[in-house]
Amino acid sequence: MSKPTAHGSIRRRLLLSLLASAAVLALVVYFVVQSVARQVAQESQDNVLAASALSILDSARFFDGEISVDLPYSALSMLDSISDERVFYAIRLENEFLTGYVELPEANGLSGSVPAFRSAVFLGEEVRVASVRRRVSTDIGQSFLQVSVAQTLSGQKQELASISRRSMAIGAGFFLVSVLLAALIAQSTIRPLDRLTASVSRRGPKDLRPVAAPVPSEMVPLVASLNSFMRRLQLSLMRSEDFIAEAAHRVRTPLAIVRTKAEIVQRNADNPETHAALREMIHAIDDSSRTAGQLLDHAMVTFRLDHLSQDKISLRRLTRDAVDHLHPISELKDIEMEAVGTDDLIIQGDQILMQNALHNLLDNALKYTPSGARIVVTLLRHDDGAEIRITDTGPGFPDGEMDHLTDRFARGANAENVVGSGLGLTIVKEVVEAHGGQMHITNNAGGGACVSLHFPSS
Amino acid sequence: MRQFALSFVLIFAAGWAAAFEIENRAQFGASGSGQVLRIISTADIGFFEPMIISFLAENPDTEIDYVVASSTEMMRAIHDEGHAFDLAISSAMDLQTKLANDGKAQRYTSAATQSLPDWAIWNDMLFAFTQEPAAIVVSKHAFGDLPLPRDRHELINLLRQHPDRFRGRVGTYDVRQSGLGYLFATQDTRASETYWRLTEVFGALEAKLYCCSSDMIEAVKTGELLIAYNVLGSYAMNREDRSDFAIILPSDFTTVMLRTAMIPYNAPSPVLSGAFVDHLLRRSHGPEAQPLSHPDLDLSRVEAALNRIRIGPGLLVFLDQLKKRAFLSEWESAILQN
Repeated sequence: MSKPTAHGSIRRRLLLSLLASAAVLALVVYFVVQSVARQVAQESQDNVLAASALSILDSARFFDGEISVDLPYSALSMLDSISDERVFYAIRLENEFLTGYVELPEANGLSGSVPAFRSAVFLGEEVRVASVRRRVSTDIGQSFLQVSVAQTLSGQKQELASISRRSMAIGAGFFLVSVLLAALIAQSTIRPLDRLTASVSRRGPKDLRPVAAPVPSEMVPLVASLNSFMRRLQLSLMRSEDFIAEAAHRVRTPLAIVRTKAEIVQRNADNPETHAALREMIHAIDDSSRTAGQLLDHAMVTFRLDHLSQDKISLRRLTRDAVDHLHPISELKDIEMEAVGTDDLIIQGDQILMQNALHNLLDNALKYTPSGARIVVTLLRHDDGAEIRITDTGPGFPDGEMDHLTDRFARGANAENVVGSGLGLTIVKEVVEAHGGQMHITNNAGGGACVSLHFPSS
Repeated sequence: MRQFALSFVLIFAAGWAAAFEIENRAQFGASGSGQVLRIISTADIGFFEPMIISFLAENPDTEIDYVVASSTEMMRAIHDEGHAFDLAISSAMDLQTKLANDGKAQRYTSAATQSLPDWAIWNDMLFAFTQEPAAIVVSKHAFGDLPLPRDRHELINLLRQHPDRFRGRVGTYDVRQSGLGYLFATQDTRASETYWRLTEVFGALEAKLYCCSSDMIEAVKTGELLIAYNVLGSYAMNREDRSDFAIILPSDFTTVMLRTAMIPYNAPSPVLSGAFVDHLLRRSHGPEAQPLSHPDLDLSRVEAALNRIRIGPGLLVFLDQLKKRAFLSEWESAILQN
């Protein structure tokens, strides 16, 4: 059987697509976590800056025609409480600079009392500026008091670096977990396919029953076509077996008639040439008849193999009966045939098939053994089972052909003059193997064939 | 290594075109030997000399030019006039912080700076190498049988009970003149309201105002003063005649100034500055330190009351011109009652 060409692998494709999506998701997680954290860090810094600016704004008093700002100590020291930061501030009344750092830029877009923020570079370093303002009444009317507070970003940068490291770790962890899950998912997705493969390849050579085990819905069409394919195969096999059996049966009866007529004609024929011709004809008819019989036997064996009955078979009785049954023929050929071994052994199996197998073997032995030879059927007990050994003193099996003798219609090189179909040993082998046993074909050291049938103890 | 040239330049340093005022100047080490480390400092030469000597012992090829200026003059020299120094050493923590905050300092990191406790380093720019408490210095001889005050309350009570004895004989910093005095005063007001009461009492007793700790100690020594308040304990302790004084670390709270070093942004030889900073910090921190202030001035005695001034932008608050104006006017109205 040729191995099917593999093109791609479902498991690999599944794994790769799962991993690709996991990698994309891990990247997304990394960036989302980082951007959220960046936003949160920015907001918390802005809040602190705004609180600082507002506390300065709150400390401003208008007194005696002059603005006094009692800068709270905490307004600046709180900006430095977690990490060392450079801090700048500026207080302005409208556009008039009051105190602080005169060049500190203000955040634009101030409206009402909502703080505004901006990023800028001041005195050589990046800073975040928060600006707030309040309406105050002065001598010359209403004006705005504006406070801006700025802070360097070293603490925020440290925090962001650590967040970046952490979100990278989260992304990597997410990816690792995804890899594990993807492997598991791919494995479990493929499992029904593996199970189906295993259940189909575990079957015996003649098991063509439909697959009944439940399968995932995606595999139902495949299994349905497999089942329908097997049903057709079985049907066609059965048909051909039936056809062969029917044909053999139909051929046998007319052959018997033809043979009887030929014998009558032979008896009445005076001409020796006609006599010889008719003898050859009868021989050929026997051959055909026997073949037809064995084809029938084989069909029967094939049928029974599918529905093996489990009788208790006494091997001693089986061998004795078989020898007795063929006694008339062995006497005719002047062949001594006996069954030895007194110990009885019982196996489980199909009585009729076993009889048939043994008959075929003994029949073979009788056919290929010359007159005056001896055939012995020995029953042996082993630790692991039983053995029926049939030995003869005939010519033995031809060397180099023993492996092929059990193929259908294979006949030995020495079989030209013997009536036979080549199905006998095939039937024996199939029966023995259906019973879990083994057949070995050898030649005796002193000449003659030896066939041994091993059955495991049941 | 005792061979160093010492020269006094009393008015203006030659070579500095602009006009910041220096108080004193000294050269140490082999002159003309190549690398020169220029230090501007508020510390008296005598106070800082041991550190220079030990540095030169390890780096004999170096010449050190040591310039003493007041903290405000130093601020002017670096911040406004941009004179190039390799190292700025000052007791005025607020001005040092402002210099660093305004970008006038270089960042410097080394093994020595990284092993500093958190309070002793700011932004890798300022490095503290002393802890010097503001003490009450009393003349033992002139105090006679009066009990020594242990904290500010006892001092106030003592002054109130004996106004005639103490009138005109108590002294403290003129915070308008002295940066350090201003720093101590502002930190005192942060810690407790007692400061204002004490200042009122000082005002009532016609307290004398001084520019510097050494002058106050000298005045106590001569008997001109009975009590000097907020004097640098380290200066009193480093004197040969320290046994004449009682140096009191107030047990309600003791304000501790950290003397800090900073490498200016325009330092001509920053590598040498770094080496000196490392040397300074190694000798000042850790179990084997040989600090500049006298070891008998044991701060662990008053650990609970220790009010170590924190380096950071909080110090900028009292430098704010509006804030400073308000503070000084309040202070003046308290102390100048006549």
